[in-house]
Amino acid sequence: MTAKTSKLALFSAALIAAATIVTNISVAKAEEWVPRKPVEFVIMAGPGGGADKMARLMQTVIQKHHISPKPFIPVNKPGGSGAEALIYMKSKTGEDHTVMVTLNSFYTTPLRQPALGIDPLTFTPIARMAEDTFVLWVNKDSGITNMEQYVAAAKKAGRNWSMAGTGRGQEDELLTAFLNTTYGLDMKYVPFKGGGDVAKQLAGNHVNSTVNNPSEAIGFYQSGDLVPIAAFTKTRLAQFPNVPTMTELGKPYSYFMQRSVVGPPEMDEAAYEFYRGVFKKVYDSKEWQDYMKKKSLLGEFITGNDLLDYWKVNYALHKKLLTEIGEIK
Amino acid sequence: MDIIPHLLDGFLVALQPMNLFLVIIGCAVGLFIGAMPGLGSVNGVAILLPVTFIVPPTSAIIFLAAIYYGAMYGGAISSIMLGIPGASTAVATTFDGRPMAVQGRADVALVAAATASFVGGTISVILFTAFAPPLAHVALAFGAEEEFALMMLAFSTFVGLGGDDIPKTIFSILIGLVLSAVGLDIISGAPRLIFGDLPGFYHGINFLVLAIGIYGIGEILWTIESSRGEVEVSQAVVSVHRIFAALKEMGGCIKTMIMGSLVGYFVGLLPAAGATPGSIMAYGFAKTMSRNPDSFGKGNIQGVAAPESANNAASTGSMLPMLTLGIPGSPTTAILLGGMVIWGLEPGPRLFVDQTEFVWGLIASLYVANLFALVLNVAFIPVFIWVLKLPFTILAPVIFVLCVVGGYAPTQDMHDVWLMLLFGVVGYLLRKLDYPMAPMVLAIVLGPLAESSLRQSLLLSRGSMTVFFERPISGPIMGIALLLFLLPVFKAFQRKRAAGKASEGGSHG
Amino acid sequence: MRRAELLMAVVLAIFSGYLMWKSTELPIGWVPDRGPGGGAFPFWLSTGMLLSSLWIFVRALRGVSPQSQSTEPYFDSQSAVLVALVVGALTMMIGAIHWVGVYGAIPLFFVFYMKIIGRHSWLQTAAFAILAPIVTFFFFEILLNITLPKGMTEPLFYPLYDIFM
Repeated sequence: MTAKTSKLALFSAALIAAATIVTNISVAKAEEWVPRKPVEFVIMAGPGGGADKMARLMQTVIQKHHISPKPFIPVNKPGGSGAEALIYMKSKTGEDHTVMVTLNSFYTTPLRQPALGIDPLTFTPIARMAEDTFVLWVNKDSGITNMEQYVAAAKKAGRNWSMAGTGRGQEDELLTAFLNTTYGLDMKYVPFKGGGDVAKQLAGNHVNSTVNNPSEAIGFYQSGDLVPIAAFTKTRLAQFPNVPTMTELGKPYSYFMQRSVVGPPEMDEAAYEFYRGVFKKVYDSKEWQDYMKKKSLLGEFITGNDLLDYWKVNYALHKKLLTEIGEIK
Repeated sequence: MDIIPHLLDGFLVALQPMNLFLVIIGCAVGLFIGAMPGLGSVNGVAILLPVTFIVPPTSAIIFLAAIYYGAMYGGAISSIMLGIPGASTAVATTFDGRPMAVQGRADVALVAAATASFVGGTISVILFTAFAPPLAHVALAFGAEEEFALMMLAFSTFVGLGGDDIPKTIFSILIGLVLSAVGLDIISGAPRLIFGDLPGFYHGINFLVLAIGIYGIGEILWTIESSRGEVEVSQAVVSVHRIFAALKEMGGCIKTMIMGSLVGYFVGLLPAAGATPGSIMAYGFAKTMSRNPDSFGKGNIQGVAAPESANNAASTGSMLPMLTLGIPGSPTTAILLGGMVIWGLEPGPRLFVDQTEFVWGLIASLYVANLFALVLNVAFIPVFIWVLKLPFTILAPVIFVLCVVGGYAPTQDMHDVWLMLLFGVVGYLLRKLDYPMAPMVLAIVLGPLAESSLRQSLLLSRGSMTVFFERPISGPIMGIALLLFLLPVFKAFQRKRAAGKASEGGSHG
Repeated sequence: MRRAELLMAVVLAIFSGYLMWKSTELPIGWVPDRGPGGGAFPFWLSTGMLLSSLWIFVRALRGVSPQSQSTEPYFDSQSAVLVALVVGALTMMIGAIHWVGVYGAIPLFFVFYMKIIGRHSWLQTAAFAILAPIVTFFFFEILLNITLPKGMTEPLFYPLYDIFM
């Protein structure tokens, strides 16, 4: 095959894919599509983080249960809070052998950097695998055990009260901003490299509090170094039955981190069906269900238009939150 | 604590036939992966991770630890033979390993690297066995301030690395640091120094791109020019006799190796530091302590022993924060951490209490892996030497192809391959004018750590610089770093005075 | 050599200036409550680069550094041709990867380098040109699961994937 014809084939494939999505015609061969080469499994974060661990677990499950005839190969693209990964996925528009594990920077990065020209709502909604939860933590040496004491201590310290988190303008800072406005605090937010590092900063008493995911702080919770104060969920987490939710504390507020799999824009309908099937099987696997239980992950499997609607709601929410903290105008 | 019975139980686990088999295979695979420029333990561990679901978790981590060890040994091989550090941890090994190979002593350098790795690995595993849980608290006490002080200590050992041309050395360090700032600013989250708006710059400039460019492509261009493309890279010979003689020569390095192991281990313990600063510091200290510092960089065997013992000790050390704190000290341990999660093990302070079979099986397998890595490494030396004997016009294209593929592999982005070519050519042109390259390559590794810890500290202290000197751990480290910075100035001053006196005496006579 | 030394210092000074300018895209001063701005670290370091390149220039001008005293040419014509040839071949190979992929570019590069620069026999050249891509494929794609770029040759690999994966 010459370069010209292969390009032509690719181009027409993209056209057909676009046409099928636009006109919503179901292709008869939908069930037959399988990947012809290894699938690139882009991770929108660096090695060792929550997203990375989950992607590698998914990869393992796919391989172990022979869910896909070709392997999924993880590639980390953490650059620019996911900007690199998003640009890369956009460059794969209409192609079928690349999928991406994503999180909330899927909304925040395009919002904060409009120059990238990324509209996350154009990406192919394959699956939402889980929602990660957030809990407010302090070190046991602080003697704080509930929200009242926390607010009192933070008020007293004023600007010297520090909150460690991951990255600027992302989940942890949004939650810090919420606590600051709701309780009239003046906490200082200090970004660190990853969730594990954040937990360690608190365990070593280098900062005063964190809003870690349970999966990141659980080791120190079990050893008794870290104390959970409140959960940013709608109902109490099974793992922390004695930790009240923000709603119970009279400040109804919940915030979740999506753990989703997306495809590039304009993915071929048949390939899209294939990936939806793959990740549904991963979600239903025992390994994934165990992992969700152990890490206090919530959330049903959603896909297709439901996922797109979910994105629309959250995109608007993050636009609002980022405007409130002055990150975007 | 009842360490001995635990350890014996651990050996029972590690010496089960299947586990032993996995250790040997793991070491061999790791050795070859590590020896390829651009590939390191992180590739081996990441890719073999899903394969491990067929074996129980304890066997799996034993296998991965063996790959890790094998790759650490292997990293020295490309540093010595090709002058290309396969990983940032092996940069310091090129300083003396490469000159030794050029002098026809590649086999001696390889033996030295293997022996030093073995010593480093063994000392660190013993330390690990005896003091793991208490040391975890030391790691916890390291905040951003201490991390910055440690970076300063690493930079202070650079001063001795450059040539005599001070402004060129400074320039080299600074450009490395600036290049390390490319990509994403971790504090503000904003993209910066995105040259020409190319998306390839969003992930920053990978250390390997610079190192392979400068040491791989730049070095070959240099050889082509100086030899007009005719000679062989080195006149390598190998024999059993020479290997034994080399082992004997290592006897003189015992002090250096112990020093390197201790430095490497303690630096490796600290979360986020990893093995690179450890190996540079060990090299710097070895040079400073040496009676004959001018012989470093010209093929001194001590210059191979120090960083190699340190980087292996550090790789054991970096397992500790991973296991006890759940914080990876290097990309490889990050992936191991992911593996533990997959197997349903919870890293953290409770691991040593709840999962004794796993922890002690791992520790025992580290002893075993270390031994096998040494044996395999020495056994393969003749093969490596044979490769060096290929005519240069065959070796050069092979190395170029390895560089291109190795430059592509870490990020899987062609952008980085082009960047690598650019660095190679520019590095070659700069080298012709005696700009030292090593400080630049090391600065790009340490730059991000130094910057983020500095800014986090200043944010916490609200701009006060004195915080680095007030804290109980960072204070003394900063003190030592300043001393080391000033040492060459002081020495130069002394030399000048001595020279002045001599010329005075001369004029009188 | 002296001219090269001076010229290089000037080029590096200009590059440092460019980096300084590029750093100012982000704040370089103290941002209230956020510490030093994102541009501060690269800005002040590239200022240092500028100063040290000026220092190098002054030293070269005064003839302190050995390069500025050397009368040897920076390049002699024979090695310049050889180096340029090799750099050109490398550039062509990397460019070709985009088009014919790694497995097309590697054999071409081996043929060029071993036959034209190295003057080896056709047999030896062919052996390397054929073996290198095969070893690369099995080591990277099959053992390590690293997919290398293939350009337009990609469809040729589908059957191989079916067999080996």
